[in-house]
Amino acid sequence: MLLAMTTTAGDEAGLVEALRDRDESAFAELVDLHTPAMLRVARGYVRSREIAEDVVQETWIAVLKGINAFEGRSSLRTWLFTILINIAKRRGMRERRDADVAVIAFTGGTVDPARFRGSDDPYPGHWKPDEVPSPFPDTPEGSVLGDELITLARRELDKLPERQRLVVTMRDMLGLESAEVCDLLDISIANQRVLLHRGRAAVRQAFEDYLRETT
Amino acid sequence: MTGSMDCNELVELVTAYLDGSLDLEDRARFDTHLLECDGCASYLQQFRSTVDTIGKVALDELDPTFRGKLMNAFRDWR
Repeated sequence: MLLAMTTTAGDEAGLVEALRDRDESAFAELVDLHTPAMLRVARGYVRSREIAEDVVQETWIAVLKGINAFEGRSSLRTWLFTILINIAKRRGMRERRDADVAVIAFTGGTVDPARFRGSDDPYPGHWKPDEVPSPFPDTPEGSVLGDELITLARRELDKLPERQRLVVTMRDMLGLESAEVCDLLDISIANQRVLLHRGRAAVRQAFEDYLRETT
Repeated sequence: MTGSMDCNELVELVTAYLDGSLDLEDRARFDTHLLECDGCASYLQQFRSTVDTIGKVALDELDPTFRGKLMNAFRDWR
């Protein structure tokens, strides 16, 4: 989870003040606090770790140059990510101008339709008897299965289409609120929800397949 | 949409349900369906468990070399 959530507004104002005074330790603290999440988000726009690092570095430089103009109307994190996303987007578009920037098209359900009964059944749209989901096992902190699923989740997140990955990363990994994600990505609440749902559903399906094989 | 909810409709509404953004009519249909459908109750449990696990994926450690580059950029700025 995002470390920033453990800092209070007071700490943040103090760090911003110190940064204006060109205090190196304040900068180091902010870098340590925010850079891992910034890299993660930047990777949603650009193809390589190296380019993501360029984007993050460019962001920090822009932050330093703009720190006097920062009025604290949004949180520092929101301001940082707004700058980051602008830079990352520009960089990502330059990188693959002709890439298919998919608008969300509703391409069907998030669960295989073959798992539900057909219209000729007395209970159309309900689970087929041999397709009924069963609960996932409990995975206590540090359990082998729990660790395996975390690894699997990371892998599946990397496979998601860009915008799904971004929304799931911001909401479920970094713990941002939906309104914040909508602002940062400039999407509607409804689109944000569709992207989040599709991304989560894809990871759920991978978990179900994995658990079926291993148990 | 009114009336009862089918499983294939419910599975598409889970995120809206968890976000508390279903309208009250749909929320009631969702809750009513859950009462009588173990499969969908399990699906909801799977979904919650999935979201919970995604939340445990750790961010990568900050690479010291890259951190050094950022600190150098700071010193250049100062």
